Amino acid sequence: MSVAATAAPFLRPPAGVTQVMARVLLALCPATLAHIWYFGPGIAINMAIAASACIGSEALILRLRQRPIGASLGDLSAVVTGVLLAFCIPPLTPWWITACGSVFAIVFAKQLYGGLGFNPFNPAMAGYAVILISFPVEMTRWLAPRQLTETMPGFPASLAAILSGKPPGAPTWDGMTMATPLDFAKTEIARLQTMPEIRADVMFGDFAGLGWEWIANWIAIGGIWMIYKGVIRWHIPVAMLASLSLCAFVFWIADPGKFASPGFHVFGGAAMLGAFFIATDPVSAATTIRGRVIYAAGIGVLTYVIRTWGGYPDGIAFAVLLMNLCVPLIDRYTRPRIYGDGS
Amino acid sequence: MNPTRIAVTPGRFHGGLKLDGHRKLASGKPITPLPLSERYFLWLAQHYGDAALPCVSVGERVLRGQVVALQEGQRGTPIHAPTSGIVRGFQDLPAPAADSSSASMLVIESDGEDRACTDLSGLAEWDCAAPETLVERIAQSGIVGLGGAVFATAAKIARAEAGVTLILNGAECEPYISCDDGLMRERANSIIGGAQILLRALGSSDCIIAIERDKPEAIAAMEVALRDAGDERFRLERIFSLYPAGGERQLIETLTGRQVPRGGLPQDIGLVCINVGTAAAIRHAVCEGRPLTSRVTTVTGPVLGAPGNFDVRIGTPVRELIAAAGGCNDPKARLIMGGPMMGIPLRDDRVPVIKAMNCLLALPESALADGRDQRPCIRCGECAEVCPARLLPQQMYWELRDERFEPARKFGLDACIECGCCDVVCPSHLPLTRYFRWGKGQLHRQTVERERAEHARQRFEARNARIGQQKAQREARLAAKREALEKARSDGNRGAAIDEIIARKKSSTAGNDDSGQTG
Amino acid sequence: MEGITAILALGILAALLGLVLGLAARSIRVESDKVEEQIDALLPQTQCAQCGYPGCRPYAKAIAEGEADINLCAPGGDAAIRALADLLGREVKPMAHDVDPEESAVVAVVDEPRCIGCTLCIQACPVDAIVGAPRQMHTVIAAECTGCKLCLPPCPVDCIDLAPLPPADNGSAWARPDARTATA
Repeated sequence: MSVAATAAPFLRPPAGVTQVMARVLLALCPATLAHIWYFGPGIAINMAIAASACIGSEALILRLRQRPIGASLGDLSAVVTGVLLAFCIPPLTPWWITACGSVFAIVFAKQLYGGLGFNPFNPAMAGYAVILISFPVEMTRWLAPRQLTETMPGFPASLAAILSGKPPGAPTWDGMTMATPLDFAKTEIARLQTMPEIRADVMFGDFAGLGWEWIANWIAIGGIWMIYKGVIRWHIPVAMLASLSLCAFVFWIADPGKFASPGFHVFGGAAMLGAFFIATDPVSAATTIRGRVIYAAGIGVLTYVIRTWGGYPDGIAFAVLLMNLCVPLIDRYTRPRIYGDGS
Repeated sequence: MNPTRIAVTPGRFHGGLKLDGHRKLASGKPITPLPLSERYFLWLAQHYGDAALPCVSVGERVLRGQVVALQEGQRGTPIHAPTSGIVRGFQDLPAPAADSSSASMLVIESDGEDRACTDLSGLAEWDCAAPETLVERIAQSGIVGLGGAVFATAAKIARAEAGVTLILNGAECEPYISCDDGLMRERANSIIGGAQILLRALGSSDCIIAIERDKPEAIAAMEVALRDAGDERFRLERIFSLYPAGGERQLIETLTGRQVPRGGLPQDIGLVCINVGTAAAIRHAVCEGRPLTSRVTTVTGPVLGAPGNFDVRIGTPVRELIAAAGGCNDPKARLIMGGPMMGIPLRDDRVPVIKAMNCLLALPESALADGRDQRPCIRCGECAEVCPARLLPQQMYWELRDERFEPARKFGLDACIECGCCDVVCPSHLPLTRYFRWGKGQLHRQTVERERAEHARQRFEARNARIGQQKAQREARLAAKREALEKARSDGNRGAAIDEIIARKKSSTAGNDDSGQTG
Repeated sequence: MEGITAILALGILAALLGLVLGLAARSIRVESDKVEEQIDALLPQTQCAQCGYPGCRPYAKAIAEGEADINLCAPGGDAAIRALADLLGREVKPMAHDVDPEESAVVAVVDEPRCIGCTLCIQACPVDAIVGAPRQMHTVIAAECTGCKLCLPPCPVDCIDLAPLPPADNGSAWARPDARTATA
């Protein structure tokens, strides 16, 4: 019984990266279905386009870099990037914009840094930021939720719109687009309306926008499932939502007329998505738990600042990218004290 | 006279993993002695430190317990013959060590009679003996740490100051291993006896016995033995079972909340940690005059017919242990000395039992990590969460990947205990512990090289200084001579006389030259 | 028109800032003799002069003054180049000469029967690793020999050989694990 020697430890480790990514996708399913229910099947088409563009560009770059393609694509990280990117953009975004964002995310924000594990920035957010700035009109063409419209586009209409860039059914986009609740609130605040008046508008539900708050709920449920399964730890979502709520609470108490409530912020926009799916990207987040709490709290604060005083209605993407920049500094100052180095 | 006992603050160490113990495989059955083998193979380098040198000759008859090899030095630990027989010389066999290379083993052929050597007799009144006598006896009996470190116990005791607290390590946290469990169940009295001897040898009166909670039978047996002994100095602590709670540093942190200083030893904070098996061996050595020639070894694994704990003599070929455990039904199974987390792979089954072999584990290929599906590190941070030494394995890996050893050392590479927890949780299946082992080896090599370079530099500078000094001395002498000459010249008469001599010398040299040329 | 204003404004700003930075670099320069010591500490101290400088300290001085490149030290190997690059913030380069890795770990051995006692090798050894006296046999103290090979040329009877140092190989368990990562 002569066998070659390897070295300890000999136990087979459990789940791999692929399983982690697969669980992330699974956790996004309820929210995706809710999105389709409220805003039409456009998001599913965009997810397919984004995922394909991500996989295609990753394969191309890997070929150029002369790296094995199968193993890298097999870990599903490109698919997750594409899916998350598609979740952040309007359902009827033309395909070339989605593709641009995906290609930028994979090529520039991931592969050029060295691939999985080497990127300092969250690729999905980097891609989203680029198309947000480059195509400002298309990126604000949000649709009205199911409860408020009779003309929700079906699958063929959505597909046609995405492929052609022309509005489905109506001659212009104005007839069917509607601002997001966050966008609406921002413009109305600038017009010196008060929050209660804004909240009275039909587009708002219990906490935040109609449709949007339910999507946020399903995202949270998916996120809690991921925590239960050990895919992510609870620190980042809790820290981010807590800091966001705290900032919102402080200003809301001070002047409820001008500032939105914590509930509005937490359930509105992409806060839930950011907390559970985006900020938790392990590669671009801080290393230790203490560092991650600081990182997530920073995202929460920056999100509130951008939403309230910044130029964009939702600041998750920029907040995440800015905190990605701070990660090396955070890591440096949150190193644990090694065993035996003084008590 | 009332000594202060250290407070036991039940706590926990950072990180750690809950691992499936697989204990049911081997425990619960009585410890079985192995029949005499035909030949025993003693690896002379099995102790910590230099290899022992044989002190018997080929063809010599030896008795069981007779010293056959001895490490040099004051605290050299001897190796004893495991049975009576004839010394047959040396044979090359694979050594049960990390590099698995072949080593010369001393071969003793058994004569079947197993007669004992009577050089050492039991110390009947050990409780009145001087501590030095006890330490001497422990050293003579070849007792080393049986928990796996095989550090000379006598040296460990000698290094401790009086009044330390003795911790008996019965934790046994690694999966599959149950030799200490069996020992505690069946020979609790010997363990307590050994601990009492240790307390006398250490000059202390405080002993904490640590046992993991998942060994209720062992705890019960030890409690009975403690009650029988009626010794107030002992306390039994049940610690939660988490790997690696049995590691010395983690155990100390669990029991006392204190940390052993980095680069230091438990003795530095007034603690000495001894394995329960070592304690039992001490009892046999002191009270019965029996040196260390055998130990309890767990032979286990899912591919063995009848796993269990066995009383084996040092030097038994591992092949016989497997046979005693019901044989192995998988020809491609991997043999490991120790547990699945920190064990050493064995090249084949001719390897002999050594004092460090607390477990022989046979794992099938399917249970092993194959290292083929490595992915890039996704910086998930799980490794840092489970590290008992509070390190950042992720950062150390990134530095070692680029062969940056000094930065890795700054992240605490030297404090890594190689427990393997980080490997098990890594979703990218990175061989982290192997990187750290490699990094430590390179750091050590670099330190040695740097010391050599510094030494060479000092010699170089000393040489330059010496040469410079010689030159300066020569110049000084020349300058003094020239000065003396100048002074003499300036002194009137003598000066004229010198000038004349110089002129004459010059002309005669010129004349010689001329004559040389012409003639 | 606005474009030209913009270009001018930024251009002047850039020039001003560049001037400030340049002046600062000169006035607030950290003069450090300690750099030379730090460089010297990273060199292997074989004093073999393969770098072209008569010893490790002169080479360190040349590096500190920017005259010499960091990839000239043969006994130091890639490890020394990397360490120097880290210390000085310069680029890691491949070794300048061709170094046979087998050769780098050697000690000199005097073939005693052939030695004629001329002391030329003793005078050549930079670390006094050879013992002997005129007309007495010479021998190399292996523990002190750094393998610089400076003793070989002076020997008139060519009785000094180079013996390889035993490799410090601890087997597969201590080897670097395969980097079979699928770096994506």
